[in-house]
Amino acid sequence: METVNKKELIVSKIKNGTVIDHIPAGRALAVLRILKIAEGYRIALVMNVESKKMGKKDIVKIENKEVDEKEANLITLIAPTATINIIRDYEVVEKKKLKIPDVVKGLLKCTNLMCITNNDVEAMPEFKKISEKPLKMKCVYCDTVIDENEILKQILGSKS
Amino acid sequence: MKDIISVYDFSKSDFDELFELTDKLRNMPIFPKILKEKTVALAFFEPSTRTYLSFSKAAINLGASTIGFSGEEGTSIAKGENLADTIRMLNNYADMIVIRHKFDGAAKFASEISEIPVINAGDGKHEHPTQTVIDFYTIYRNFKNIDGLTFGLMGDLRYARVVNSFLRALTRFKPKKVYLISPPQLSARKEILEELNYPYREVIDYNEVIEEIDVLYVTRIQKERFPDESEYEKVKESYVVDMNLVSKMRKDAIILHALPRVNEISREVDKTPQAKYFEQASYAVPVRMAIFHKIVGE
Ligand SMILES: [Zn+2]
Repeated sequence: METVNKKELIVSKIKNGTVIDHIPAGRALAVLRILKIAEGYRIALVMNVESKKMGKKDIVKIENKEVDEKEANLITLIAPTATINIIRDYEVVEKKKLKIPDVVKGLLKCTNLMCITNNDVEAMPEFKKISEKPLKMKCVYCDTVIDENEILKQILGSKS
Repeated sequence: MKDIISVYDFSKSDFDELFELTDKLRNMPIFPKILKEKTVALAFFEPSTRTYLSFSKAAINLGASTIGFSGEEGTSIAKGENLADTIRMLNNYADMIVIRHKFDGAAKFASEISEIPVINAGDGKHEHPTQTVIDFYTIYRNFKNIDGLTFGLMGDLRYARVVNSFLRALTRFKPKKVYLISPPQLSARKEILEELNYPYREVIDYNEVIEEIDVLYVTRIQKERFPDESEYEKVKESYVVDMNLVSKMRKDAIILHALPRVNEISREVDKTPQAKYFEQASYAVPVRMAIFHKIVGE
């Protein structure tokens, strides 16, 4: 639930859309990248606000877009602590359960340069989850395994 | 059965059936023309004369006509056109596609594009499932069984696709033990090892284990699989099967190699009773005929 405190009031409540809370500090932009938010959406980003649970956290509010199951699951890859609330008419109507996705298509690149997905414009990279703790995903084409560090590196960019 | 991309597409009973079918086909004076009026496309984007010819002969034996490309032609097609478009074109001309490609996962990708069955005849350093059926058939001919044997895989275990397929296929059986003999730079890939459900051990010096081995599978250390040529120079002749090595082997042990070899087995070994790689090569056509059989479901 959103607890309305003074700090969050910098961002007004949204009528319809999605509020993603408890994002690890600094990863809000990466969340938007995962959601492939295109131009035209009204978005509110709050970064590095105090959180009782997490010390610092980010919050993302997207107007007029309801994050779906698949998108919610992708968010776990970089923000496992996130909570996702769907808002309709100012009310939280649904809290999305987050589950590490079994299959990730398109988002991650295979680290094997000789993989077909790195060499054919039509071959879209696809990974299957093989373990959660530690997180490991395997390329369905060449069986190369990528781990959590690699996944974070790819989504967050090299700075992390 | 439709596509054959990985040895995992074969169950234990598929292997048993393929062995029996191959036995049968080898004893037939005239082959059943189960591929009559069918066209098999041989799409070899990476050259391999042996594999190309054996698939082609297997198809012709069963009454098929073949179309395709290999060698230089295949390489230039691989450069000029994207794989998906070539596969779409072959779908208009053929009833199944045998594909060899230098990129890992190319066969699986082709199978997703293709409406007709795709057989992987080697994709990069990934897999070469039909070669493994030939290897296992040879073992079956020599020992009547795969279970309970001790295996030694020697040479390039990292970039040789036959090794991936061989190790994975062994999960369908109950090997007593598998020794992975290689220099550290060429050790088997971790992701493959994690899939294995039988006892294995990585070894650098074959002398430690050679006396225990029933099946010694030797691989070529291939220059083109190396990302870096200086790495290749360091390890290219790490292991050579010579008379000295054979003298330490058990009398009833066998040596397999997918051929062609370069220097990893010396010629004088060819005459020893352990050398079974020419016998192994002689099974390429009947085994691939059996595989065609399974695909068309006869
Ligand atoms: Zn890959």
